[in-house]
Amino acid sequence: MAVDTIAPAELVAPKKLKRESQLALMWRRFKRHQLAVVSLWIVVFFYLVAAFAEFLAPTDPSAYSARYTYAPPQGLQFIVSTEDGGWAFQPHVNGYKTEVDPKAMRRSFVIDPEEIIPVQFFAPSKPYYLAGFIPMSIKFMGVENPRDPFYVLGADRLGRDMLSRLIHGTRISLSIGLAGVTLSLFFGIVIGGFAGYYGGWFDSTVMRVVEFIRSMPTIPLWLGLAAALPKDWSALQTYFAITIILSLIGWTELARVVRGRFLSLRTEDFVTAAQLDGASDWRIVTRHMVPSFTSHIIAAATLAIPGMILAETALSFLGLGLQPPIVSWGTLLQEAQNIRTLATAPWLLAPGVCVVMVILSLNFFGDGLRDAADPHGR
Amino acid sequence: MTTLLSVENLSKVYTLGGGLFKKSRDLVALNDISLTVEAGETLAIVGESGCGKTTLGRCIIKAQPVTEGKVFYHQEGGQKVELTALDKRAIKPWRRDIRMIFQDPMSSLNPNMRVFDIVAEPLRVHRICKGRELEERVVSTLAKVGIPADAIGRYPHAFSGGQRQRIGIARALVLDPKLVIADEAVSALDVSIQAQVLNLLDDLKEEFGLTYIFISHDLGVVNYIADRVVVMYLGHVVETSPTELLFERPRHPYTEMLLEALPIADPSRRKGRNKELKGEIPYLGNRPQGCPFHTRCKYAEDKCRAEKPVLRPINGTAQMAACHFAEKLNLQGAYEAPQKVFA
Repeated sequence: MAVDTIAPAELVAPKKLKRESQLALMWRRFKRHQLAVVSLWIVVFFYLVAAFAEFLAPTDPSAYSARYTYAPPQGLQFIVSTEDGGWAFQPHVNGYKTEVDPKAMRRSFVIDPEEIIPVQFFAPSKPYYLAGFIPMSIKFMGVENPRDPFYVLGADRLGRDMLSRLIHGTRISLSIGLAGVTLSLFFGIVIGGFAGYYGGWFDSTVMRVVEFIRSMPTIPLWLGLAAALPKDWSALQTYFAITIILSLIGWTELARVVRGRFLSLRTEDFVTAAQLDGASDWRIVTRHMVPSFTSHIIAAATLAIPGMILAETALSFLGLGLQPPIVSWGTLLQEAQNIRTLATAPWLLAPGVCVVMVILSLNFFGDGLRDAADPHGR
Repeated sequence: MTTLLSVENLSKVYTLGGGLFKKSRDLVALNDISLTVEAGETLAIVGESGCGKTTLGRCIIKAQPVTEGKVFYHQEGGQKVELTALDKRAIKPWRRDIRMIFQDPMSSLNPNMRVFDIVAEPLRVHRICKGRELEERVVSTLAKVGIPADAIGRYPHAFSGGQRQRIGIARALVLDPKLVIADEAVSALDVSIQAQVLNLLDDLKEEFGLTYIFISHDLGVVNYIADRVVVMYLGHVVETSPTELLFERPRHPYTEMLLEALPIADPSRRKGRNKELKGEIPYLGNRPQGCPFHTRCKYAEDKCRAEKPVLRPINGTAQMAACHFAEKLNLQGAYEAPQKVFA
C-alpha cells in the first residue's frame, strides 16, 4: 500500500469536472479486445441483414421455379470481356445449361460461362413493405428480366433462391434469440433478484424450482411443448409460442446468475453502508447492486442468445419448432437432412455456416463485453 | 457531560441451522449488554475477535435487528428516542445523526460509483441539497479528509487503502452526524497510515464536535484515541474503565491478559511480558457456566465456575468490572501505557 501523499487540498470550487461516462470507459476497454471488436461487426452485420431482409433478398423466399431445382450457386461476377478483346465493368451472373451424366443418366445444371445475365444494384422491383410498414420499390440487387435465373447461392429442392431464404431465415432466427433472451432476462432478473435479496423460504423455493426445471432433459421437454402447439396457429402465433417455450428454460440460468450476485452483494459493506444511509430497498437494488453486476448480466445475456438460436435451430431441424412456410435457419437446415441432398447440393448447408459464425461471434462479443464492463479490469 | 446514547440489556441471539430434520441452535453473540456513551467522548470497545464487538456496533446502528434490549438515542433537548423500536422508515431521520465507518476500505466503497457519488449518496437519500450546493458540500467534506477536488470523478480502485478510508470517513461525516461508530476503522491499514487516519479522526472530532464509538482489537490504537474503554469477552462486557486507569490498573483478569500481550518495542523492558493470550475462546454456542472467562482465567476458583459475576463499580472508582474478585486481585497493568508511537 502506498503511503498517502495527498496534501490537504485547498478548497477549490469545482469548475468543470472532467468526467468520462461509464459507457465511454467501457467502449475504450472493449476496443482493446480485437477478437471481440471483429465479432461485434459480424454480429452487427447479421442483425442489419435481419433488419433489412426484404431489401437485401433478391427474390421472394417462397417464389419457386420447377425449372431450376437444385441449381448450383452462380456466383456474382463483375468483369466481362468485350468483343474487341478488352474488358468492361458489368456485374453479372452466368446462365445455366443442362448436362446429362452419361453413366448415371442424371441431369444436372452446369454454369454456362457464355450466357451473361446482367445484375443491377438498387434495382427497381415490385412494391413491397420493408419490415412490414415502410413502402419500397427498390431491391439491393436484381436481374433485369425477372424470368432469368438468379441464384447467387444456388436453389433448393423447389427452385427457391437460397440467398433470399437465408436472409429471411436470419431475421427469424436472430430475432427469436433476442426475444427469447429478453423474456428470460426479465423473468431471471425479477425472480432471481427477489430470491437473492430477500433470501429465506422464497429463495429456497425458487431455487428448488429452478433445479427441477434444469434437471429435465431440454430437448424432449421442448419437443413435448412444441408438439402441443395447435397446428392451426398462424405463423406469428407459433413464433411467439416457440419464443416462450425457449425462454421457459432460459430464465433459470439467468435467475441463478442474478440470485448469486445478489446473495454475495447483499453482505458487502457498501450495501450495508447504503442501508445505513437510509436508502430504500428499491434504491439499494437499482443504484447500488444492479450496476455492479450489469457486466455479468450483459455477458450472461449475450452468451444466452446463441443458446436460444441453437435451440430454435435444433427444434426446427427436428421438425417441431417453426414450421415451413416460416423460414428460419432451422427449417432451412431441415432440407439438408439427408446425405443425398448434401452430396448433390452442398450449398443447402449455408445456414449452418451462418449459425456457426453468429454463435461464435456472439460468444466472443459477450466475453469482450464482460471484460470491458468490469471496473476492476486493467 | 450529557449522555448521547444508552444501551440497555441488549442481547443478540443468532439461530443456527434448523432445517427440516435438524433442530436449530442458539448462538448468543451479545449477552445483556448495558452501556452509555457520553456526548463528546471517544468510547472504545475492545476484545478478541469473535467477542461480539462488531455485532454490538451493528446492533446499535440497527444494521442488524436486536433480539432483546433497547438502544436509546438522546436528543439535544433531552428526549430519548428508542432506536430499537423504530421501523425502517421511522429511523431514517436518526440515520443522519449516527453514522458508521467500516473496517475494510476495499469493500465498503461501491466499486461502480465515483467518489463524488459515494459521498453525495447520503445527501441525496435524505434530500438535503442538490445541484451546486450538493457539489460544494461534497467537495468541502472531501477536502477536510484530504481528498483533492480533482479526484472526485475517479472510481475507488484508483485510490490507496488510506485514501479510501478517508473517503469512507467523508461519507460518514457529510451528514453532520453526532455519533460515529468506527468499526475497526484503521485495522486494515499500514501502521503509518493508521497514524494519519487516527490523527484525522481526532482532528475531525474537534472540528465537528463528534462522539466516537471506536471498535478495535488494538490496545495501542485504543490507548491513543479513546477516553473510555469497554472490554468485551464472549458477548459480555467484562470491564469498563477510563483509558488511563485501565492501562494502569486493570480490574478484570481478561483485561490483564490483553495488556500482557501488548508488544513492547524496547527489548530491555520486556521482562517476561509480551505473552501471547492463553487458551481458546470457547465456542459461542457452547458457553461455559458461571463466569464466561473462567476457562482461561488463572485466578479462577469454584465460585467462578458456579456463579456468574455481574458488572459492578469497583471501590467507588469510575471502573466497573464483572469479576467476583475484582477488589482482591492485584492485577498488573501495562508497565507504562504503550508508547504513543503516533504522537
